[in-house]
Amino acid sequence: MWYRILLNRLILAAVTLLGVAVVVFVLVRVVPGDPVAMMIAPGASEADIAALRARYGLDLPVPQQFMVWIKGILAGDFGTSFSLRQGVVGLVLGRIPATLELAGLALAIATALGTSIAVAATLARGRWLEALIDNVNGLVLAVPDFIWALVFVLVLGVLWPVLPISGRVDPRLNLDLATNFYLLEALLTGKIKLVGHLITHMIMPAMALALPLAAIIARVMKGTLQEAMVQDYILLARIKGFSRLRIVLQEAMRNALVPVLSLTGVQFTFLVGGTVIVERIFSYPGIGNMAIDAVINRDLPLIQGLVLAFAVLFILINLAVDLITIVLNPRLRHG
Amino acid sequence: MADLAQAPLPGTFSRILREPRAVAGGAFILFVIFCAVFAPLIAPHDPLEQDLLLEKIPPAWQKGSEAGYLLGTDGLGRDLLSRLIHGAQVSMIVAFVAGTLACLLGTILGLLAGFFGGWVDAVISRLVDIWMSFPPVLLSILLVAVLGSGLHSVIVAIVVIDWTRFCRVVRTETMAQTKLEYVDSAVTLGMPRARILIREILPNVLPVILVLLSLEMGIAVIVEAILSFVGLSVSTDTPTWGGMIAEGREVIYHAWWVLVFPLIALFLTVLAFNQLGDGLRNALDPALRR
Repeated sequence: MWYRILLNRLILAAVTLLGVAVVVFVLVRVVPGDPVAMMIAPGASEADIAALRARYGLDLPVPQQFMVWIKGILAGDFGTSFSLRQGVVGLVLGRIPATLELAGLALAIATALGTSIAVAATLARGRWLEALIDNVNGLVLAVPDFIWALVFVLVLGVLWPVLPISGRVDPRLNLDLATNFYLLEALLTGKIKLVGHLITHMIMPAMALALPLAAIIARVMKGTLQEAMVQDYILLARIKGFSRLRIVLQEAMRNALVPVLSLTGVQFTFLVGGTVIVERIFSYPGIGNMAIDAVINRDLPLIQGLVLAFAVLFILINLAVDLITIVLNPRLRHG
Repeated sequence: MADLAQAPLPGTFSRILREPRAVAGGAFILFVIFCAVFAPLIAPHDPLEQDLLLEKIPPAWQKGSEAGYLLGTDGLGRDLLSRLIHGAQVSMIVAFVAGTLACLLGTILGLLAGFFGGWVDAVISRLVDIWMSFPPVLLSILLVAVLGSGLHSVIVAIVVIDWTRFCRVVRTETMAQTKLEYVDSAVTLGMPRARILIREILPNVLPVILVLLSLEMGIAVIVEAILSFVGLSVSTDTPTWGGMIAEGREVIYHAWWVLVFPLIALFLTVLAFNQLGDGLRNALDPALRR
């Protein structure tokens, strides 16, 4: 039963990816202006243009163009960025770790913060603290990451300058790392000082991304926790004399896990989407920041590569959520 | 028949007025609209007028301020208050035009899918599913890349991405309404189906649509601000809050106020649309009340 669901999801993922590929292909071809004209140096001869057209298969009928394009992509050939004059694959792969680490840190913060708030509100049920938490939560939900990011820059970067407001590392620093996963590698190799340095750069953008998600997690988790708190098995646990905190964390939380997880999965894709603007505000060198430059420069090969990279990321997130849901859901696991 | 369907409406307005969040949100938005419409009359200076002798003057209550420049000036010596007032124009145009168009498109498709069901519903629902499987960020990157920058692209992008928000909810709501007795009665009375849809069902779905519209306008304001922040909205000689924020980001260490005031304006406007939406939801839609 569960493997059938999994197979289903894998097929769906493949179809979605193909759909994104088709949309990218079509949109890039309806761009006003000839893509070849944009690529070629001024003063190129007719023969040069024709050669370039042939190289990109632009002289073929559209369905065949699509096949040529897909074949190129499957072989890892995304072309060369117009504006950066480098291979798209290398550019995108070089930048992805920065975005993944930022999004991962934001997710960790959002989960920890959201859970704490939900537990606190459940324990404070019916008191003024619950009302306060609900109101603050509502306000946080209404404010998008874009505004949070700028508020952080202003407050913690300028008015009370405790954190750096741009970049991923101090450029003067000699990193001496083997991969682009700076934070992960520093953690694994025990470079504690570097971890601290990286965190000071990442904490503000990560918080800006995390706050709206934390508020959503808190709201939904609080709802399911409070639902669980009136069930018989909780009453039993209370009669047994368990502390309220232990009841909430051990008993009620089990109920809240699956709905909160599937919600977090969906919302996490929005968070990854939010990295585009938040990376921009903090001049953080990830694929989001790169995507904005690519759009400003109308760098079509790079845009294609980045959009497909984002699409793969979103699909993988959804797949992971599906997998974890199957693992956590006993009805599916034992079916 | 029509009287029955519209019976809940007369008390509606007073119910909205009793909802403090709706009133506060609505009042603030009216204020912003007023600023946008009468910007040339109320702005103390020309928003584009540069005066390099007056650059980065702090707001009136700070040391070194200059009479006539209440909120100070930016890095090019332009009056911030005037730019803020003029910047309301782009925000309100995008909020109302993009919001309304997304609402119209989504509502029409949602009404059709919910009322007719069958293959109409199947086609529209599938379309919504496919549409929503594309994360909004990807679509907007692609759309702006294809359409180029400018106000029309911003509006098109918002409509193309956000119509599904309306379509999904309106479809569900219409379906629920279609199953109610008053629709059966109308059918029995021989009313044409188009008339039932517009005269009987639409008024009952309208409250939900208004709530969504208010929230959507807030989203539209933010999207426009983000796109002008990165320079993909209107050209830089039109003042926009997002553009002002970008300029403020540049001079943040020398003149914090250049960033702060447009940020506050943006924050309050988005919050106002949000509060208006929540207030309307409480006042109009018992089913959505918590």
